[in-house]
Amino acid sequence: MNIHKIATHLNQLVAHKTGAGCSFDCTPLGGNIDVLQVNIFGREEIPIFISVSDNQIHCIAYLWGEDEIKKEQKVKMLEAMLEMNIPIPLSCFAKVDDKYVIFGKLSTNSSLEDIELEIVTLSDNSIEIISEMQFYLN
Amino acid sequence: MNIFRKIITAIRGGTREAGEAIVDANSTRIFEQEIRDSEKHIGIAKRNLTEVMAKQMQASRELSQLQASIKEHEGYAVQALNQNNETLAMEVAEKIGELEKNLADQQKSNEGYLKSADRLKELIKNSDRQLADYKRQLSMVKTTESVQKATSAITDNFTQSNSKLLNAKDSLERIKQKQAMFDDQLKAAEQLNVDNSDDSLQSKLQKAGIGAQQSSAQSILDRLKSKK
Repeated sequence: MNIHKIATHLNQLVAHKTGAGCSFDCTPLGGNIDVLQVNIFGREEIPIFISVSDNQIHCIAYLWGEDEIKKEQKVKMLEAMLEMNIPIPLSCFAKVDDKYVIFGKLSTNSSLEDIELEIVTLSDNSIEIISEMQFYLN
Repeated sequence: MNIFRKIITAIRGGTREAGEAIVDANSTRIFEQEIRDSEKHIGIAKRNLTEVMAKQMQASRELSQLQASIKEHEGYAVQALNQNNETLAMEVAEKIGELEKNLADQQKSNEGYLKSADRLKELIKNSDRQLADYKRQLSMVKTTESVQKATSAITDNFTQSNSKLLNAKDSLERIKQKQAMFDDQLKAAEQLNVDNSDDSLQSKLQKAGIGAQQSSAQSILDRLKSKK
């Protein structure tokens, strides 16, 4: 599995929307490692980034930065996120540098349909979680 | 090296520059080398084990043959004694002595082979466990590396294109607005469909001569004629 295969699959879906009613726009990003930026139509503000390593496919969406959190609410926010980590489907929370992210990992043997489902779910979860966590954010 | 601890320490330390590797490439290479070495050792140990097990089977077979042979010769000795042939019985007894010496030797090597096999099995089990551990740690290192590189690629891209990741609340607001607009468009389209279907109903009624009828040229002419 590589990002180009994923991009080709997702771009093909643009013509006929997927069951989830999404259409995708994929852009490979340069750099040391191949990263695919996937924009879901209507949700371009929260892109999903995909990279493929030896045995895993990482799908990440950026939620908010450290600077966006209400300082006095940070501990409560972290507790809320830890509590939501298990019930939230297919995704988990993490922190990369000063950004809070939501991510999902798949085996490189996953089917393209599984990857598509992961991306759509991750996008749904991102919107859901920002809505739920607004209280903690500036 | 405990990779998990190393990653946590590096993050907690906060001294790390953005994009700087937590686990340097050298450590990864060392790990990969250690995995290759372990795999090689396991391969050699497995080959040795097969060899030792084969030798042990051979020794055990020889052992039973010797035991059978001793029993057989003991029978011969008794038969010779029954015939009062002391000389022959003595000759057979000497042969039995020789066989018993062989049996003792064979038993010793059989035990030796069994011990070696056990040792090798234990070694393989330990190496397998260690190899699985190395592989798990390498996977963690590679994932960390991969995510770091991906993060810097994403950051570079946003910096180059002079755009930046939006504030979470603003993003949500914009997505919601777009969603509301799509919903409105959908409703408008549905409304339009309803209107269109009203039109088609109207035309069907007209065709059937029901309701307000459109004036045709013929009907106008008829009307004018009647006025004359």
